[in-house]
Amino acid sequence: MSKPVIATTSLAGCFGCHMSILDIDERILQLFDLVEFNKSPIDDIKKFTKPVDIGIIEGGCCNSENVEVLKDFRKNCKILISLGECAIMGGLPALRNGIPVEECLHEAYIGGPTVQLNTKHILPNDDELPMLLDKVYPCHEIVKIDYYLPGCPPRADLIWDALVALITGDPLKLPYELIKFD
Amino acid sequence: MSNLAKFKIDGVECMAEAGKFIVEAARENGIFIPTLCNMPGVKPQGACRVCTVRINGRLMTACTTPIGDGMEIESNKPDLIDIRKSIVELLFVSGNHFCPACEKSGDCELQALGYLYQMMVPRYPYDFPLREVDASSPYIIKDQNRCIMCKRCIKSVKDEEGRSYFAFHNRGDKLEVVLDKVLGESMDKQTAEKAMESCPVGSILVKEKGFAKPIGTRKFDRKPIGSDVKL
Repeated sequence: MSKPVIATTSLAGCFGCHMSILDIDERILQLFDLVEFNKSPIDDIKKFTKPVDIGIIEGGCCNSENVEVLKDFRKNCKILISLGECAIMGGLPALRNGIPVEECLHEAYIGGPTVQLNTKHILPNDDELPMLLDKVYPCHEIVKIDYYLPGCPPRADLIWDALVALITGDPLKLPYELIKFD
Repeated sequence: MSNLAKFKIDGVECMAEAGKFIVEAARENGIFIPTLCNMPGVKPQGACRVCTVRINGRLMTACTTPIGDGMEIESNKPDLIDIRKSIVELLFVSGNHFCPACEKSGDCELQALGYLYQMMVPRYPYDFPLREVDASSPYIIKDQNRCIMCKRCIKSVKDEEGRSYFAFHNRGDKLEVVLDKVLGESMDKQTAEKAMESCPVGSILVKEKGFAKPIGTRKFDRKPIGSDVKL
């Protein structure tokens, strides 16, 4: 039997959840025995090259590119996991929710107290740049998500236990200390 | 001892003084019923419904219902746990509860209930309301993003003349708990500490006191809420 394939991505996140994946320490060697990585910042594969079993999503959706990547993951992955608070509830980027986008952009590029060099009052508006969404969306409000692993970041043991249970099919018993929202 | 009531919680024989509220009576018998808006020393109000139990087939709040002789109470049943969990989830989506950036994280009772019921994600969509932070008082910050309108501060934080420092303002979805502008000016540090203590979430904070305890040593880091009740 071939190894299960894993893909990961970071949308509107800080890569802290990916750091937490690396935080499983030497078990990463065991992980590479158990699974094969496809599209992921961990192995730097940029595009899906085969069907994936488990897709791990870090971060919520704050712009059109995030939505596109997330939908691409849903299309190519059998199982999707929301990893961390940002994927689950928008996280810190969602602090802008409720404030109009125009006001946010004005504060960041024109009126903010630390804005000094933008003397021509230019707002970033290039075709190459993804469009900001009206607010930051949790992943499950865009596509169907199968599992959720909370935490900021999710504890490395939580990620390890959940992945091993998912791959081996063993029942998952999570100790109290592993489920945290911070 | 004629005023002793015998009752059952989930089939376990218990005994307590008749007329005591179920939450207290259960606690005396080593059974934990979760609460949020309830606090010792303050008249219970049954506002949050997290303590919902079933008595004779009817859903009641355990914090406001007095115990009676022969009562049969259901508490730790899957459907009741799901009701409580859904209330916690509703509270999470109706405000802006950013646990990673909250000073009260780890000591927050709402979060602790999320942990207790292993809330991985709320079943309801997030509301993300736009709410204000009032930092005008010299000693405290009132963050409306995190307020769950439990009224604990209104009922327990008062001056010598019995006037509440906090009060309800507006109605409906604009309802908020605000700090009295005049009384807030004169609030001393001790009262500010008491106000922060009374708040089950991170809506009332003492200024310059955030993140005082390291992760791992906070109230609900290692032990779930209610672990002090087990006999």
